[in-house]
Amino acid sequence: MTPVQVYLPIADLPVNIFVVFAMGIAVGFISGMFGIGGGFLMTPLLIFLGISPAVAVATVSSHIAASSFSGAITYWRRKALDLSLAAMLLIGGIAGTAAGVWLFTYLRALGQLDLTISLSYVLLLGSVGGLMVAEGVRAIIRSRHGKPVELRRPGSHTWFHGLPFKLRFKQSRIYVSSIPVVMIGFIMGFIGAIMGIGGGFLLVPMLIYFLRVPTNVVIGTSMVLTLVTMATATVLHSITNHLVDVILALILMVGGVMGAQFGARAGQKMRSERLRLMLGILVLAVGVRFAVDLVMTPDDFYSIRQLEGTQ
Amino acid sequence: MRRRPLAILGAALTLLATAAPAAAERLVSSLSSHRVLITPSFTGTELVLFGTVEHDAASVPRRGSYDIVATVSGPRETLVVRRKERMFGIWANADSRTFVEVPSYLAVLSTRPAEEIAPIDVLRRLQIGLRRTLLPQRIGPDTADVVRDDPFRNAFLRLKLSHDLYVDAPNAVTFLTPILFRATIPLPAGAPIGNYEVDLKLFADGALITRGGDAFEIVKFGFEQFVAGAALNHGLLYGLATALMALLTGWLASVVFRRD
Repeated sequence: MTPVQVYLPIADLPVNIFVVFAMGIAVGFISGMFGIGGGFLMTPLLIFLGISPAVAVATVSSHIAASSFSGAITYWRRKALDLSLAAMLLIGGIAGTAAGVWLFTYLRALGQLDLTISLSYVLLLGSVGGLMVAEGVRAIIRSRHGKPVELRRPGSHTWFHGLPFKLRFKQSRIYVSSIPVVMIGFIMGFIGAIMGIGGGFLLVPMLIYFLRVPTNVVIGTSMVLTLVTMATATVLHSITNHLVDVILALILMVGGVMGAQFGARAGQKMRSERLRLMLGILVLAVGVRFAVDLVMTPDDFYSIRQLEGTQ
Repeated sequence: MRRRPLAILGAALTLLATAAPAAAERLVSSLSSHRVLITPSFTGTELVLFGTVEHDAASVPRRGSYDIVATVSGPRETLVVRRKERMFGIWANADSRTFVEVPSYLAVLSTRPAEEIAPIDVLRRLQIGLRRTLLPQRIGPDTADVVRDDPFRNAFLRLKLSHDLYVDAPNAVTFLTPILFRATIPLPAGAPIGNYEVDLKLFADGALITRGGDAFEIVKFGFEQFVAGAALNHGLLYGLATALMALLTGWLASVVFRRD
């Protein structure tokens, strides 16, 4: 009989290999379908399995790196990504990650890291999810009435189109100041470091709504950014905390890349406004789940945790 | 069987003969294994403890039967217990208590409930039973144990018990013959790596007669040991290898599932 349970060498507990593999496939399917990393789903799922939050956050980064690399190659073949835009985003992304790690360490010293993570999940996923759902519903109603779905309004300029240091991104066919690009990268890196998520579900709408990046290159570009930040995070987590579980990562990523392929095909068959609405509902649901945990009277008022640094 | 007038007479005579009763019983014990190996298929295990009460010429015949208390304690660790309180409508960790260098694993196995084996002051002095084990806590500048029904202390024990890391088994030691005993030590999958001590106490007539002990270790073995060692000692290489594995997996998937 093949062993169903496998003992994870870093997480220090046995898990059911099929449960973890199924989780990888499910989250991979969703990430392929919507063109996101899926960290905001995977991290809470792993914690639910009993894996410590620190190991979960560190290991998920390598899983996201795998699925976003697989996705990025596919988009690269179709020439549906903008490397120069991704590079510009990365400049801000790296600075943001450093700032996020600094705040992470500071909050951990205060002993309020768990609450901060929960609150930021509620606020961020709740607000972004809510906006996406509202936008999705509006788009579907518009198309029902026979009006064309217009996401990109080429004529409309916002205030930051007047900013200096303008650059032309050929692949995206946009001419925009580099300041908001670096800013968006910074925000993504910052949020990613604190919440342990790649942030594709945030980056994609930001690129569409603020920078007017066309939808056909936005997912590929977002995947390149996610790939680099998450691969870097994997190495950094390994050096500083020694908490990346390679066995857990391998099971997750094999499931993840397989699921992502099927998810991408399912996504291509669906109308994009319906897809955005579904993603919005998903994001909102995770946010609400965290909110319920915060507001509901807990079953157990006490929790036990190993003191940091006494492994 | 319990009423052995001759034995009692013998005991009385011996007591008269020697002013200080020389407790000459000796505990001889062993474990089914002294090293628990963590392999990829490890899901927890059980160790069998067995032993015998040896007599020699100076042994005092006992009125009652023997009682054994086996205390198994794992490597020490420092833990924080936090309590949630409602603040501005949400539940957040408010108060906390640090438990300093307490056993990560603790099992108390005995032939009968400890309260029936010996008087309560003896049990307290010898720290027998989960409730009577010393659990040092950081309180302000001091480190001390608190009263037995302190809410944090109770919560600590309750959480440890619920994770099977603390075990209270008042009937786990059985005497197969009047002098031969055995017990099963349950080790959950979450039992930490390290050295474990087994402390054996032999009681008769409510008094401690002699002590014995043994030890075992839980170690990662083979592949598990290699991975854990690499992660700890070669973090950069380990991280690069993991990142490379991620890229390879992603690339393979895009080749295998390529459609055009």
